[in-house]
Amino acid sequence: MKEAPNVSGFDFSVIGKGLPRKDAWEKATGAAQYTDDLKLPRMLVGKIKRSPHAHARILSIDTKKAKALPGVKAVLVGSEAPNLYGIMPQTPTESALSIDKVRFVGEGVAAVAAVDEDTASEALELINVEYEPLPAYLTPEEALEDGAVPIHEDKKGNNIIYEGKQSFGDVDQALSRSAYVLEKNFYTQCVNHAFMEPHSALARFDEGERLTLWSSSQIPHYLHRTLSLVLGIPMQRIRVILPTIGGGFGGKGEVASNELCAAFLARRTGRPVKITFEREEVFFTNKGRHPMRMHIKVGVDENGILQAIDFDTLMDGGAYLGWGVVVMFYCAAMLHLPYKVPNVRFHGMRVYTNKPTCGAMRGLGGVQPRFALETMLDEIALKLDMSPYELKRKNAVESGHTTALNNYVRHSEYKKCLDNVVKRSGYLEKRGKLPFGKGIGLAGAHYSSGTSYTLYLAYKPHSSALIRVDTESGVSVYCGAADIGQGSDMVMGMIAAETLGVPYSDVQVYSGDTGITPFDLGTFSSRVTVACGHAVEEAALEINKKLFGVAAVSLGVQGEQLTSQNGKILSQFEQKKSMDFWEAVGKYISASGPLTATGHYTPPRRSASGKVQGGNIGHAPTYGFTAQVAEVEVDIETGEVRVMKVTESGDCGQAINPISVEGQVEGSIVMGMGQALFEEMVAEGDRVINPNLHEYRIPTIADMPEIDTEIVESYDPESPYGAKECGEGPIQPVIPAILNAIYDAIGVRFNELPVTPEKVLAALHERPAS
Amino acid sequence: MKQVIELIINGEPSEVIVRPNELLVDVIRDKIGLTGTKKGCGAGDCGACTVLMEGKPILSCLTLAISCQGKHIETIEGLAKDGTLHPLQQTFVKKGAIQCGYCTPGMILSAKALLRKTPDPDPEDIRYEMAGNLCRCTGYKKIIEAIIEAGQGAHEGGPERVRI
Repeated sequence: MKEAPNVSGFDFSVIGKGLPRKDAWEKATGAAQYTDDLKLPRMLVGKIKRSPHAHARILSIDTKKAKALPGVKAVLVGSEAPNLYGIMPQTPTESALSIDKVRFVGEGVAAVAAVDEDTASEALELINVEYEPLPAYLTPEEALEDGAVPIHEDKKGNNIIYEGKQSFGDVDQALSRSAYVLEKNFYTQCVNHAFMEPHSALARFDEGERLTLWSSSQIPHYLHRTLSLVLGIPMQRIRVILPTIGGGFGGKGEVASNELCAAFLARRTGRPVKITFEREEVFFTNKGRHPMRMHIKVGVDENGILQAIDFDTLMDGGAYLGWGVVVMFYCAAMLHLPYKVPNVRFHGMRVYTNKPTCGAMRGLGGVQPRFALETMLDEIALKLDMSPYELKRKNAVESGHTTALNNYVRHSEYKKCLDNVVKRSGYLEKRGKLPFGKGIGLAGAHYSSGTSYTLYLAYKPHSSALIRVDTESGVSVYCGAADIGQGSDMVMGMIAAETLGVPYSDVQVYSGDTGITPFDLGTFSSRVTVACGHAVEEAALEINKKLFGVAAVSLGVQGEQLTSQNGKILSQFEQKKSMDFWEAVGKYISASGPLTATGHYTPPRRSASGKVQGGNIGHAPTYGFTAQVAEVEVDIETGEVRVMKVTESGDCGQAINPISVEGQVEGSIVMGMGQALFEEMVAEGDRVINPNLHEYRIPTIADMPEIDTEIVESYDPESPYGAKECGEGPIQPVIPAILNAIYDAIGVRFNELPVTPEKVLAALHERPAS
Repeated sequence: MKQVIELIINGEPSEVIVRPNELLVDVIRDKIGLTGTKKGCGAGDCGACTVLMEGKPILSCLTLAISCQGKHIETIEGLAKDGTLHPLQQTFVKKGAIQCGYCTPGMILSAKALLRKTPDPDPEDIRYEMAGNLCRCTGYKKIIEAIIEAGQGAHEGGPERVRI
């Protein structure tokens, strides 16, 4: 690893350059192939029949008529695919199709494969399912009532999935000693990822019972594992390939039923089967953000120094487990940063309801508590007659901080983020001084970059990479990371190019194919740049070592004095002692055969004292930080809130590609704004009533605010080239920054999302005339 | 009742047999084989399926193929000419206006129609004209920048064309 002489002392030739992405070219021309663009000879179309009931026992499924329909090649029901699975493999709750019971409207009950889509749709109509309806529970409160029917019968008579408790320090004593304690309730809604490409999977079995599955997934490895488990075939006979992926944001971070059904139907028919979801099915199989009720107490001393956070939450999990328990403990861990909080207590309960399952969504576990806490800190600061900026700055973490949870933050520029964003936005000059209806708000946040645990017990490295260099095909990087549109292929290519000292254009990245790329856990928890980046860097350093051996002899210099730069291998001390990179490659291959190297990465375990680190999710290798200022205008007549401008300063370590970093931040801001102001999966009666992009409204180009982002100079020695996350931190402060701005505009604090015009108007009416 | 129709796609006439209920997006993707046109919602909400018919943007997922007899249709595959990218394709790539890329074909075609009407648009023109094309990745900022730069280029005689 290259050591940092100081924060800004690097002279990189590839890292830090805003290069256009290679994949953008084929995306701009329409040449990029997404899963649904793939077609194989004799391919069949698969479709899934879905439940009209939110909660019902399946009494019988009659598939005779469907099977008899000309053009129908196979029909599958749940009992024929009985192996349960889950992204948490210890507690599997899901099946390819529901087996004896449906738990939400839209759950799959049968699947067909037919020669074309019309025939498949007609066949679904001919499948007759007899149900015995059960009471449906749309809220956790209903599901917890005495006598409620357990949605999962294995549960001991109730609908609590998991109850989590953590306590660090003495919260009760700290609160009783606090000069000021604020206690409030909050509610956040269910939001969907709304990636543009619906799930699609194409399965093919060949003669030897080998399955190839092309799929729109962000977790090729977990998908690979689950296919093996559910289909009952060894992993060695399965290959998962990711074509171009049209976004994920966590929503493709679990195995989806189309992947399993396509595989079963392909095996049964001996023909390739593709199942692509309609948009409605994307909402039904939603693994979006958990609705959370939160009850929070925050105590500060007379100077505004945080003393304690007491956090209690009820999470609406929907019908299945999904990533739920992970989200719960991420939430617990998120309370400990980006401020120094000596005493923290968490109590959470995740409850089953008869709705689509909630799971991981961009910034998982953090967005809900951050909304609550940042608005509370704003309120506390104003009560103490202090600027919210001052209060946040006083409490902000710095490099070298260890949290009460025993997590270690090696590098933080959070204070600089706060300072810069306040300066750039004119926050101090504007707050409290704008005319009624206009307001400005500040919020800050962090996100953990990288995970410490695999989801099943394993000691293998979390990421690995293979680099092959030859004079014919250039530099080929093979890694298992999933580029879901965020640009990880480019990041890996740039890290390889920088380390090898060759132009980025010489590097080709092959990723997301379990048949040819080495192991990687997948794209989630902001882990790819850190974990896979480390593996690629290590492999590239190993290549250098081999080449330096060749060059050392050829140049007559010691190998350790050599460096690789600008296509040359040269002495660090005498630049004229140099040889062409490709000449060295050629010599190495002639003398020793293929030039390859591998690298791998496992997050460090730092628990020297034997103390548990990071609660149930473990520690993260690094943490990204961000601060944002939102400026809003509230239309007093209509109640509409318009976000006019968002200014952001972020600490993502060294930006590998600043254009990509800006893209992540800008996308996060607009996505967060959607959740703040209008997005919500609305459940009424027994179902989600807006499973489409018309009634579930995401921000359009007309809604976007002016966005001004800044990459704060930073370098985290824990990370490859000092880089850390930038894709999940920046969504955290958006909601509270907007809500603090709304308070500044109209003097109303909203505790429930989304802040719709109706809520604003109602609040304006209730507001005492001033 | 199936019927043979002729579509002139990216300047090339194609005869296709269609059923009366077949959608233009499916015909373009499955029968013509141009998969650059994307299906994001199937209900006219997301704009990913936008193509130009007689130069005007339409939602191909809401258009019956049978109603397009003899029409000139331009898809994303028709933009790069003689091995060079269209200015919008160039600026989308250069500015980082593409992440997952699923909205990109529709976005670029809507932008092309916008630039034809308003060659040098300001951000407000773009916000108004492009509100039917959803993007979940980029936050739209770089898309606006890319369209403005492509517009300026066109105004000044076109940016330097790059070979594919």
